Amino acid sequence: MSHRISRRDFNKLLVSGVAGSALGLFGTIKPAFAAQNRVVIIGGGFGGAAAAKYLKKLDPSIAVTLVEPKATFYTCPFSNWVLGGLRTMQDIGQTYTVLRNRHGVNVIADKATGIDAVKRTVTLKTGRVLNYGRLIVSPGIDFKWSAIEGYSEALSNTKMPHAYQAGSQTILLHKQLMAMKNGGRVLICPPGNPFRCPPGPYERASLIAHYLKAKKPKSKIIILDAKEKFSKQGLFKKGWDTLYPGMIEWRSGPTGGKISKVDGRAMSVTTDFGVEKGDVINIIPPQQAGKIAFDAGLTDASGWCPINPNTFESTLHPGVHVIGDACIAGAMPKSGFAASSQGKVAAASIIRLFQGKEPAPPSLVNTCYSLIGTDYGISVAGVYSLSPTGIIEVPGSGGLTPMDADADHLREEAMFADGWYKNISQDIWG
Amino acid sequence: MQVSIRSLLTACFVSFALLGAGADASAAANPASKTAEANPRGQILSLSCASCHGTDGKSVGVIPSFYGKTPEYLETALKDFKSGKRYSTVMGRHAKGYSDEEITLIAQYFGTVWQNNK
Repeated sequence: MSHRISRRDFNKLLVSGVAGSALGLFGTIKPAFAAQNRVVIIGGGFGGAAAAKYLKKLDPSIAVTLVEPKATFYTCPFSNWVLGGLRTMQDIGQTYTVLRNRHGVNVIADKATGIDAVKRTVTLKTGRVLNYGRLIVSPGIDFKWSAIEGYSEALSNTKMPHAYQAGSQTILLHKQLMAMKNGGRVLICPPGNPFRCPPGPYERASLIAHYLKAKKPKSKIIILDAKEKFSKQGLFKKGWDTLYPGMIEWRSGPTGGKISKVDGRAMSVTTDFGVEKGDVINIIPPQQAGKIAFDAGLTDASGWCPINPNTFESTLHPGVHVIGDACIAGAMPKSGFAASSQGKVAAASIIRLFQGKEPAPPSLVNTCYSLIGTDYGISVAGVYSLSPTGIIEVPGSGGLTPMDADADHLREEAMFADGWYKNISQDIWG
Repeated sequence: MQVSIRSLLTACFVSFALLGAGADASAAANPASKTAEANPRGQILSLSCASCHGTDGKSVGVIPSFYGKTPEYLETALKDFKSGKRYSTVMGRHAKGYSDEEITLIAQYFGTVWQNNK
């Protein structure tokens, strides 16, 4: 009996085999072929979901499995719009229904807990083990909780949110802003470089100011920055002077901006120049690659993942590609757009590698809009290519919205910011 | 009715071979892979454009669509953005990132990917 099987079970197996879900069985018979056509992706954000969609779009014969514990992924892009009252959480929630149903991605709602790069397996929290031919790791960021004395994950969930992974953190910061009195003081404390979304804290200050100007005009925003300068600085400062004169103050690291300590009970932070109190305090801690990247030995001493910029394959573990905020991508910023661009390059490269062909040299792009006011948008663009020193910005390309851009230009960029969100989210999750 | 493990494995092999063959056929018939096969460098250069302009250039927002445009139209538009002959807020900054040869490859990719969808 143990060597025999009923016709009914046999048919079941055959059907599931054709559907591709029994490839593990085939793998034991002819591992090379079965494994080669199977890609597992860890993380369903801008990088991982884009890679999943484009692998299936460019070669539907590849079995693509996406591992993501969250049923709804709230995007960091446009979460500042929620803080400013311009979007709802529902507007920034992306799901995996279309990837699963229309594009044939096998989406598993589970958490990856281990990678064995030699056996080419991924272990999930539920104990399930997935085999892969190639693995894409797109884990985003993790916070260095111990970098600021007194700060902790627990404090971020109660009094001092980071709101730098969207979701319940965004809701908490939004509620605090809505509960704050007119004349209140908001502290925003961004980290040093490198970190996710370099213009993010400054768009955040802008859109919180947009809300406060209308509802609580006596309030102030103070940015206590670890850095000496920041992304799109001239454009942001000009926008603040134009729309929110006197409301936003920015202090650089050496002039009392760098915080070393926080006190949740006193609602204060300590800088080299003294103690600053806030009614709402947003701490954006220093960052490193997402946890699974550390656990799998994909990070170097910097806390980020070194990759071969041609294919985004890890230089530490062959067969594993790391994309998005977690990887070291030369001149590219850590942004959702960059992650999706890298996801597409990794997808196209993996297809070529499966075919035994040389991957085409990569070309990458970043485009980030920041909203300062409803009719006031600015942007940074970059086109990137491979040089002997790694990924560089193509000389003479890209750059910022011109400082002398007129009102029509800024209004068009504000509209394009909205169009950007619609298309990038549709292109990845739609 | 029962069958042996051996016939099961044979059947699995057959079904797997069929799966493989079917998959190969669908990959070849797939418009995106067909375009990529002919123009792999053009594909790599073009994929990022979709983030702002929509998948295959089919925009769902205020940013212009270019789905359905000919390679000639796209090449002229990109070169005019690059030279500044055509006004833009951000396209000029992007177009300056590509050589004229690369612009031709991008125009060929997006100018043909929709024709393969017909």
